[in-house]
Amino acid sequence: MKNQTYGEKNVAVTGIGMSKISRRADKSALALTIDACMEAIEDAGLKRSDIDGVASYPGADNNASGMSPVGVPQLMDALRLDVNWFSGGGEVPGQLGAVFNAIGAIAAGYCRHVLVFRTVFEGTARKLNRTANASATGGRNYGQIVHYTPYWAIFAAVQQALYFQRYMHDYGLTSETTGRIAVNNRRNASLNPAAVYRTPFTLDDYFNSEMLATPVRMYDCDVPCDGSVAILLSRADAAKDCRNPVLRVESVGCAQKVRYSWDQIRGEALARQATISSSEMMWSRTDLKPSDVDTAQFYDGFTFHTAAWLASAGFCKPGEENDFVGDGSRIALEGQLPINTGGGQLSLGRMHAYGQLHEAATQLWRRGGDRQIKRDINVSINTTAGGPLSGCMMLVKE
Amino acid sequence: MQPDAPQRPLPVTNEDTHAFWTGGERGELMIYRCENCRTYVHPPAPFCPECESRKVGPEPVSGKATVATFTVNHRQWLPGLPVPYVVALVELDEDPTVRLPTNIVGIDPEKVTIGMPVEVTFEQVEDLFLPMFQPRKD
Repeated sequence: MKNQTYGEKNVAVTGIGMSKISRRADKSALALTIDACMEAIEDAGLKRSDIDGVASYPGADNNASGMSPVGVPQLMDALRLDVNWFSGGGEVPGQLGAVFNAIGAIAAGYCRHVLVFRTVFEGTARKLNRTANASATGGRNYGQIVHYTPYWAIFAAVQQALYFQRYMHDYGLTSETTGRIAVNNRRNASLNPAAVYRTPFTLDDYFNSEMLATPVRMYDCDVPCDGSVAILLSRADAAKDCRNPVLRVESVGCAQKVRYSWDQIRGEALARQATISSSEMMWSRTDLKPSDVDTAQFYDGFTFHTAAWLASAGFCKPGEENDFVGDGSRIALEGQLPINTGGGQLSLGRMHAYGQLHEAATQLWRRGGDRQIKRDINVSINTTAGGPLSGCMMLVKE
Repeated sequence: MQPDAPQRPLPVTNEDTHAFWTGGERGELMIYRCENCRTYVHPPAPFCPECESRKVGPEPVSGKATVATFTVNHRQWLPGLPVPYVVALVELDEDPTVRLPTNIVGIDPEKVTIGMPVEVTFEQVEDLFLPMFQPRKD
């Protein structure tokens, strides 16, 4: 039995909060963040004074991109939180890195209750400036991205298309399969009042959506939005005193064993990206198997990220993604492995893995309303992806 | 009237990276290589991950490479951005683990394929010479 020797097993999700998610918020990013954070604290049955740690990803970027408009210090000050520890930053194993940091802080004994949040304002940013999605501008640039910037590979769809194309080449992934994933997530969003886009579409609609950068179509891409999600993590003994059934962190995967580079990422990883080593770590820290997982809230910044995770997490072999997804029934709400039950980033909005984590807790606590998975469920996995970005984690309802 | 094409966002260069971005002035693609064990090191860094030597510096390579993956971008993300264009990762003949993001030029974008042999050509922007790749002439 892989037991308490792994620190994450002593940590639980105890509360969740989500602001209104929209394409154009009617309030500030800080106001959205406060909405999400206060909701999570109240959801757990706690008070502000109970919070002794705060973490966020990727830390305030202090620019007009809308990527990360609110940082940890701003939120802590607004809520007047007195903490033992805090952390905000982007140099972490994937978008869920703030959660892994929080788990570490709790396991180390720094904190009992850590508030983790992710805030985006990309919907408004892009309405104000069409080019807000560019990862570089004129003038001279710094960092790993400079190998891409001169070649107009400064847009996520262009840069991620390179991995998508290679995945198709190496494993035969088809656009029909990625289209089924997009259709599935939109159908789930149609049952989720919080989602940005709720009108169902068909596989034909997917194929007819604008071809942006081969093979990436518009409906392969997530939706820039304004919103904030907060997740409250607590030490397991303290979690028992909170209001909700304990959702224990069963296992975390944060290993980075391909080069952390968008272009030098090696071998199989050019198609599958960094998902392989994080998945191996997650499964090495649990006795559970893929067949024990009741729902997967996969990263879907682009549809093919989800396809890659189906294989990397062990639900099928690489090259079997088309067969696994099939006509979409297996990944549907009623299926063997319901995925992205809240609509995912593709339709709920690009909450950058935190919307999916919110949804995992929502399902395990049976608050899903029209989109609630009907059968009894106890185990979820969450993942992240995108080039060298990768991480994953499992929750178990006790 | 069409807006002017925007200028390519350029890198700041330093002691390690200057040769890569300027070797094209002499028609040379310069890649860092270990003087001791001859391992190629990219992106340029003054450390050999194989033998731990610090004697690593720029050397010219043949400029021949193979397309590892690519995309044809159709979307005009910026006003005046000339589309379609091809973004690719190419792997050098000397060491396929050295992979360069680039544009594939001199070919109908629809004809680019994974595995296509290409060779370097350079486009000067200000003081830099950006390595681009085109179908091999031989």
